[in-house]
Amino acid sequence: MSVNAEVSQDGKKLTISVKGRFDFAKHQEFRESYENKALSAVVVDLREATYLDSSALGMLLLLRDHAGGDNADIRVVNSSSDVRKILAISNFDKLFDIT
Amino acid sequence: MQSLDPLTILIAEDSAADRMLLSSIVRRQGHNVLTAANGAEAVEAFRQQQPHLVLMDAMMPVMDGFEAARQIKLLAGETLVPIIFLTSLTESEALARCLEAGGDDFLAKPYNPVILAAKIKAMDRLRRLQATVLQQRDLIARHHDYLLNEQRVAKAVFDKVAHSGCLSAPNIRYLQSPYALFNGDLLLAAFTPAGDMHVLLGDFTGHGLPAAVGAMPLAEVFYGMTAKGYGLSETLREMNAKLKRILPVDMFCCATLLSLSFQRRSVEVWNGGMPDGYLHSIATGERKPLTARHLPLGVLSPQTFNDRTEVFPMAVGDRVFLLSDGVIDTCDGNEQLFGVDRLQRVFAANRQPYALFGEIEQALRDFGGEARDDVSMVEVSLLEATQLTPPALVYSDSGQSCPLDWSVNFEFRAETLKRFNPLPYLLQLLLEVHGLRAQSGALYSVLAELYSNALEHGVLGLDSSLKRDASGFARYYQQRNERLEALQDGYVRVHLLVAPQGKGGCLVVRVEDSGKGFDVARVLERPLDGVRLSGRGVSLVRQLGRNASWSDEGRSARVEFFWEALA
Repeated sequence: MSVNAEVSQDGKKLTISVKGRFDFAKHQEFRESYENKALSAVVVDLREATYLDSSALGMLLLLRDHAGGDNADIRVVNSSSDVRKILAISNFDKLFDIT
Repeated sequence: MQSLDPLTILIAEDSAADRMLLSSIVRRQGHNVLTAANGAEAVEAFRQQQPHLVLMDAMMPVMDGFEAARQIKLLAGETLVPIIFLTSLTESEALARCLEAGGDDFLAKPYNPVILAAKIKAMDRLRRLQATVLQQRDLIARHHDYLLNEQRVAKAVFDKVAHSGCLSAPNIRYLQSPYALFNGDLLLAAFTPAGDMHVLLGDFTGHGLPAAVGAMPLAEVFYGMTAKGYGLSETLREMNAKLKRILPVDMFCCATLLSLSFQRRSVEVWNGGMPDGYLHSIATGERKPLTARHLPLGVLSPQTFNDRTEVFPMAVGDRVFLLSDGVIDTCDGNEQLFGVDRLQRVFAANRQPYALFGEIEQALRDFGGEARDDVSMVEVSLLEATQLTPPALVYSDSGQSCPLDWSVNFEFRAETLKRFNPLPYLLQLLLEVHGLRAQSGALYSVLAELYSNALEHGVLGLDSSLKRDASGFARYYQQRNERLEALQDGYVRVHLLVAPQGKGGCLVVRVEDSGKGFDVARVLERPLDGVRLSGRGVSLVRQLGRNASWSDEGRSARVEFFWEALA
């Protein structure tokens, strides 16, 4: 699986890890990783993501919408410098807590 | 064995005994048989009856099996007609010759019915596979043609909307793949009524139809609002709200918007999610990056959307260069991106500005990148205002209901000044007067100057001498934003008076503000058309309007426009 979902022991935090290219090919898997889950806090771990395209940005927006829109608590962590650059150009740091 | 459909099999064999023996084996396996006694007969039989498979003796009189195989393969074209050579030859060289002539397999004499049946079955499988592949290929090709045709039609419709603009203006050069629209890239340009130029380079997420669909409403908002004299901020707000409303959550449009003012020699920029654009100063050679400060269009709600723009001074000949991510995200075979550094190197090596696009394309090719069809580039240069002729506006009404004797007063107070641009409304009101339409550009420029003078120097108390140099220019616009946001009181009043005069008429515009005024005599002393960055407004008003005058220590400006009888 190139998209992995893990719920913390107290059931409150969902961690989604993406491996390899984060692009349209991951659409289905990414959606399935959070659908039907109660989302109070979400962490998207990009440690193993090599690249991210605009459809991945769209997927992050869908996740944000699903997790409560403007009230969503989503952290994007461990992004590489390339990935960070793409997120910066899109100014997604205004919507997500990116580290 | 009987599971496969019966095939028609051609047996070419010069020995009558062998021919009969083979025929009976094949018939017993449920196939139809055609026979030929030499190569020439075999080719003729193939031509007339198109058997599915051929059993071919190598050595035959008149025409041998090798030549017959070659001719049959030629006739069969793309269809796979398997040829199995029947041979008593054992030396490998002869067997190789069979395959070289187009044979697909061989069967050694004496014939073993079980092996023959197995080979026929295997060859039939191959034959069907090939037929399926061909059929699917043709299907795909048909769909592809269909799709291309659809795109051609859609593009023709879209071009009517999108290219009603001024992409052909002499100061714009651009490069876009012909079907960039279907990759979500969008390039629009249009003149405002004041003769400024608005340019948009956008990039929708996704590809194909979904990406193209959003382009249409975006283009309409862009052209509609630009033509009516709205500024970048209002246009951006409207675009964002519209896209937010119509697009699904995961779709948005990265975009850079420019407003080039040839009169003021400046460019106003808003960049949401696009790669850095560049403002190239010819005098210093510097390329100032125009960095994305905002989220793309269609992401934020109207309440949280940020329409703040940046303004930079330009000199005649300076250029703004914008590009889509297709350029810097082009990948080579090892998933390395072309990247900004390589682009900068192309910039550094560039000597002839007009060759820049070609050099970037060449660099992309040298980089060994996979060709992408979403590479868009545009370069807009600042010309003398007189070198450009904005197209005349087209009006659709008859002129019968044109009002000729009226006046109106407005007072715009702090809360309104913060968020509302009254100029488009004022202009639309004035253009109901047909006599003024011919000078709509001058009218709008004058209104815009008087209004921004009243607001910026009057109400906000900004010092125009700040704009003397480039860094002051940036500071000026920063202060403008800050003071506007903090504004508590103050007003700008606009009085318009239209009166008939002889067979034509006259418009008197008065603009007053609550500011401190200015030293009228000193400002009016300056020569009419200096190339200073500051104080441009006053000389512009004096050049474009008639009888411009200032009173109440500069707090009240008055200017007139006249028109003659309409033809």
